[in-house]
Amino acid sequence: MGRYVIRRLLQMVPVFIGSTFLIFFMVYALGDPVAALFGDKAPDPATAARIRQELYLDEPLWKQYGHYMGQILSGNFGTAFNGQPVTELMADAFPVTLRLTLVAILFEIVFGITLGVLSGLRRGRSADTTVLLLTLIVVSVPTFVSGYVLQYLFGVKWGIVSPSVSPEAPFDELMLPGIVLALTSLAYVTRLSRTSIAENSRADYVRTAVAKGLPRRRVVTRHLLRNSLIPVVTFIGTDIGALMGGAIVTERIFNIHGVGFQLYQGILRQNSPTVVGFVTILVIVFLLANLLVDLLYAVLDPRIRYA
Amino acid sequence: MRGATRARWAVCALSAVLAAATAGCGGGGSGGSGVVRASWGDPQNQLEPANTNEVQGGKVLAMIFRGLKRYDPRSGAAENMLADKIETSDQQNFTVTLKDGWTFSNGEKVTSKSFVDAWNYAALVDNKQKNASFFEYVDGYDKVHPSGGRATAKTLSGLAVKDDKTFTVRLRTKFSTWPDTLGYAAYAPLPRAFFDDHVNWLKKPVGNGPYTIDSYAKGSAMKLTRWDGYPGDDKARNTGVELRVYTDNNTAYTDLQAGNLDLVDDIPSAQLKNVKADLGDRYINQPAGIIQTLVFPMYDPNWSKNGMEKVRRGLSMAINREQITDQIYQKTRTPATDWTSPALGDQGGYKAGLCGDACTFDSAAAKKLIQDGGGLPGGRITLTSNVDTGSHRVWMDAVCNSINTALGNDKACIVNPVGTFADFRNQITEQRLSNPFRSGWQMDYPLIQNFLQPLYYTNASSNYGKFSDPQFDKLVDEANADGSQSAANAKFHDAERILAREMPAIPLWYQNGSAGYSERVSDVTLNPFSVPVYEQIKVG
Repeated sequence: MGRYVIRRLLQMVPVFIGSTFLIFFMVYALGDPVAALFGDKAPDPATAARIRQELYLDEPLWKQYGHYMGQILSGNFGTAFNGQPVTELMADAFPVTLRLTLVAILFEIVFGITLGVLSGLRRGRSADTTVLLLTLIVVSVPTFVSGYVLQYLFGVKWGIVSPSVSPEAPFDELMLPGIVLALTSLAYVTRLSRTSIAENSRADYVRTAVAKGLPRRRVVTRHLLRNSLIPVVTFIGTDIGALMGGAIVTERIFNIHGVGFQLYQGILRQNSPTVVGFVTILVIVFLLANLLVDLLYAVLDPRIRYA
Repeated sequence: MRGATRARWAVCALSAVLAAATAGCGGGGSGGSGVVRASWGDPQNQLEPANTNEVQGGKVLAMIFRGLKRYDPRSGAAENMLADKIETSDQQNFTVTLKDGWTFSNGEKVTSKSFVDAWNYAALVDNKQKNASFFEYVDGYDKVHPSGGRATAKTLSGLAVKDDKTFTVRLRTKFSTWPDTLGYAAYAPLPRAFFDDHVNWLKKPVGNGPYTIDSYAKGSAMKLTRWDGYPGDDKARNTGVELRVYTDNNTAYTDLQAGNLDLVDDIPSAQLKNVKADLGDRYINQPAGIIQTLVFPMYDPNWSKNGMEKVRRGLSMAINREQITDQIYQKTRTPATDWTSPALGDQGGYKAGLCGDACTFDSAAAKKLIQDGGGLPGGRITLTSNVDTGSHRVWMDAVCNSINTALGNDKACIVNPVGTFADFRNQITEQRLSNPFRSGWQMDYPLIQNFLQPLYYTNASSNYGKFSDPQFDKLVDEANADGSQSAANAKFHDAERILAREMPAIPLWYQNGSAGYSERVSDVTLNPFSVPVYEQIKVG
């Protein structure tokens, strides 16, 4: 187990270097950001040259990358154009997005798995059909539609919640955005667990458990659910990474100053330290979440062992 | 406290289920009575006066700084603010005398040194100030800001402090309307704290305007309070302003509708159709000093050779400006009839209709002119613009459609959308475009000179198409040397008539500033730079 974890951690190093280089290269390929700093006016060449020099933009790509990686290893993620260190932006943005992700994941787990189990056990009946239909609708409505509609209904029409989230972003304000963010994944989690439950409910070990005379609740929770959760856990694990980086739409709609917003602004302004810095952290989050998922397999299914 | 917030949410959720509309569950408390809550965007640069060249940072500077002159929010005319008088006898050497009684909000007196130091700081290339080029007219600029290499002087030789209240300015050339440019934020005075403790000053800038900054959380919010000791006449009529950064102008608009925000100064284009129904007379739509044009690459012989002026004029006549401004922009743009802006007013030099027939839609005449001029180069044209903001993609499609219809050829005009503004700017500055491209211009000061000289004078800084006409240059020079503004304006109008003949850039439309406000506030106006006049807003 320990050796397996170390091996996986070591594997992360090349993935980390490769992905940061790709991101760096892509932002670099967008072109020179200095021209946009001057608005409609032509950049004054002398000032532009000084700014480029300060940002190492006058060096060739590989040198820029080397310089950047050197900085990162010493904990310096560079400075955004407005003079704020990127680490400061991260300290502001990541906790907010983390809270939002937490809310979304909780919704997915609680509602997704419950609905999935219920409909999986009642396969073919009206409850099952209703859940299938509802999830189909949820999956086919894009986030920005459900976001704006729910925001308008709850925030403006009924005035139940504030339509925008304050910069501090406490948990109670993140409920509605969390639901919006979770909706699509929630539908997937429901469908995944439903299929898995329906399939496993006819498995031999379930029949054995029933034949042994175990109470139904115990059969479902201890035997059926535990074995059916593996694909669901995989999905939720990868979803953590996707939710953290992919909340751009939700964060814009609800005015959440999180990772998605910083990334969006960084890309618009072609601010490579911001974009690469944030993506680097996201890559790490993604890798760790995947490792965690793999380790969870062993917990859920004793047949899986890592050596 | 987490438990408490959860409980509060539970109550809210419960009331949601019961569909009982209980307001105020969302939190997000407002900053007390008398405070204006206004939408904001994250300023692109640090909030130094000479480093701020966009509207978001400009909002703050307009509240915390006052310069020698100030543009009247209504007429746009430059009026003395800190300046008692600015005198010249030769349009080149100016003597500035300051008024008594002005201080910065930290108590420091505003002296002539506050100005000269600030201007020297702005012009010095080592300080990398984006508005440095505003000081290019001052003598000695080439020493402190050489186009390459190190600066050979630290200060502008054209500036000299005479005493606490007087300083002199020597310009490189004659520039009669130069004093009227001094209302721009880059010319603001700076306190010693700016130079002595720069890092802390940037965290919480100190100026001499009607407001002081209370707190500044970069990227999310700024709270400003009325400065009770402000010596000027334009004291704030509210107790403070809270600027909130919004990730999206749609969200700000929703917050306005929900009553969580008092002022939105950028109505999302998707809402323009509903805004009148939503806000009624709390919607403002007024001219701002912005014009959109289509610039021809005159550096490309295909476009600049003799006879092509007919094609350029013909293309201008093929565009149905009226229809596009009505249908796409819901009248938040006005069809352009010259190369300046109505926000200038008569005094600033605006004169409608200088473009004449060439800016009037007439598809038959357009087709004839284009054919007379030898047709489109290569049989087709491409329009280029960034499409990340401003509905640029939509109007480009409409303009192309208009041209195609006029020419009876649905492949005559195609659109080349560019993803980001930075990429677009690079393509322009590197002269990679061989077809017309969009160019927007927001004025720095309300003078006709600012719309013509930087854009169309030979080798001027923002003359992207590299248009050059000796007669045009001569008229601009003469206008700058003229002591009377009306005579200067007449010369500038003559220069515009040359543009109408040569058509190096097609004027498309004048851009308006739009804003909406809540029932809680009144007396909301926008100045000619489309920045809200915060100090005039009344609450309650």
